[in-house]
Amino acid sequence: MLLTSYFLAALAIVLAWPTPLALSKAKWTARAPVAAVLLWQAIALGGGLSMIGSMLVWGLTPLGNDLISALHAGWLLVTGDPSVNSPGVIHLFALSTAFLFAFHLVLTLVRASWRTTRQRAKHRQLLRLLSNPSQTRPNTLVLDHDLPVAYCVPGFNGSVTVLSRGLLTQLSAEEQRGVIAHESSHLDQRHDFLILAFTAWHEALPWLPTSRLSLEAVRQLIEMLADDKALEVVTRPVLLRAIVGVASSITPAKTSQDDAKGLAGEIVGMPGGEVTSRRLQRLLSPVAPLSGFQNFVVLSCTVLLLVCPTILLIAPRLLSW
Amino acid sequence: MASLGDLERSVMDLLWDSAEPLTANDLRDALAACGTDAKELAVTTVLTVLARLEKKGLVARERSTRPHRYTASSSREDHTVGLLNDALGTAQDREAVLARFIGGISAEEAVSLRAILDSVKTV
Repeated sequence: MLLTSYFLAALAIVLAWPTPLALSKAKWTARAPVAAVLLWQAIALGGGLSMIGSMLVWGLTPLGNDLISALHAGWLLVTGDPSVNSPGVIHLFALSTAFLFAFHLVLTLVRASWRTTRQRAKHRQLLRLLSNPSQTRPNTLVLDHDLPVAYCVPGFNGSVTVLSRGLLTQLSAEEQRGVIAHESSHLDQRHDFLILAFTAWHEALPWLPTSRLSLEAVRQLIEMLADDKALEVVTRPVLLRAIVGVASSITPAKTSQDDAKGLAGEIVGMPGGEVTSRRLQRLLSPVAPLSGFQNFVVLSCTVLLLVCPTILLIAPRLLSW
Repeated sequence: MASLGDLERSVMDLLWDSAEPLTANDLRDALAACGTDAKELAVTTVLTVLARLEKKGLVARERSTRPHRYTASSSREDHTVGLLNDALGTAQDREAVLARFIGGISAEEAVSLRAILDSVKTV
C-alpha cells in the first residue's frame, strides 16, 4: 500500500507538471490531433485519479493491505467497531483531503456545466428573436449583420449553426461549404464537452499553470480536427481563404479598441494570437500525419495512463511483490 | 394558435419597427392585422407576453400613462451586436458556450495570412 501510494504520488506530479509542459510544446500533435486530444484527456484523468488515489491509498495504509480490506476496516471504524485501531491524525487528514479534492473536482464540473447551459439558453433565446432559419440549410440560423461570422451553439435538444448575412454575401459558395463543414464537425464530435471538461479542470486548479496549458492545447487541437473535417469537403486554399475572409473582418476592429461604444469596440479580440498559429501553419505547409507505429505508441501511452492508476487503486499490492 | 415564443418574436418585431411606444391594444390589433391565426388573440395574452419580455429585460414599460405603453429596451442592432459579442468575445467562459469558426486566430495572424495568400496568387 505504501509503495503504491508513493508511486501514485510520483505519477500525479509527473502528470501535473512536466508531461503537460512537454506535450504543449511537442510538434507532433499537429500531425495527429485525434491521438493528441485523447492523450490530453488521459493525462488529465490519470493525473486527477493518481492525485486522489495517492492520498486515499496512503491514508488507508494503517487499515489494511489492499483497498478493499482497508475500505472494509474503515467502514467498521466508522460504525464504531472497537476491534479496529484508529489511524493517526495524519492519515485521517490525507483521507479527508482525498475526499475533499474529489468533491471539489466534481463540483467544479457541475458548476461549469450549469453556467454554460444557462448562458447558452440565454443566447438561444435572443437568437430566436433576432435570427431567421436558413432557407437552404437545416439547423442553421441566419443573423442579420454585415460582419462575416460563423459559430455554433451546442445543445442537447438540437444544436444550431449560426451564420451572419455578411458571411453569406462575402464568402464564395465553396468557402461557405468549408466554414459549415468546420462548424458542423465541432457539433458532431461534441467538442463543447471537451472544452467544458478542460475549462472545469482549469477552474478547479487555477494555481496549476499546466491546467491552462492543457485547455489551450485542446482548444487548438479541436480547431485542427474541425479543419481536417472541412478539408474533406473543400480544398486547402479554399479553407484558408475562408479563414482569412472571416478573420480579417475582425481586423479593423482591433485598431479601434478605445471606441468601446461602437460596434468595432465591442467585437474586438480574438484571444491567444501567438498560441494557435499552429492551426494555420499546418494548413499553409501540410505535414504528413504520424505513421501507424507512431500513432500506436501514442495510443498505448494513452491507455497506460488510464489503466495504471486504476489498477493500482484496485489492487495496490501489485507493487509490493 | 401561435406559441408564446412565436408571439414574443412578433411582439418584439412590432416594437422594434415602431417609432413610438405601443400599448397592448395597439399590439393586439397589429398582430391581428398581420397574423392569420391571431384572430382569437386576447389582450391579456399580449400582456402576458409583454410581462415575460419585460422580465427578460427586452421591453421597457412606461407607467406614467394609462394604459401602459411599451418600447423595446434596445434596438435590434444592439441585440445583434450583443449576440456577435457572445460569439466573438474575449471572455474566457464564452469559449465553452460557443465554438467559433476562426477560434484562436488573431487579427495579426489574419493579416499575415492574407499577405501570404495574396503573394501566392500573384506569383
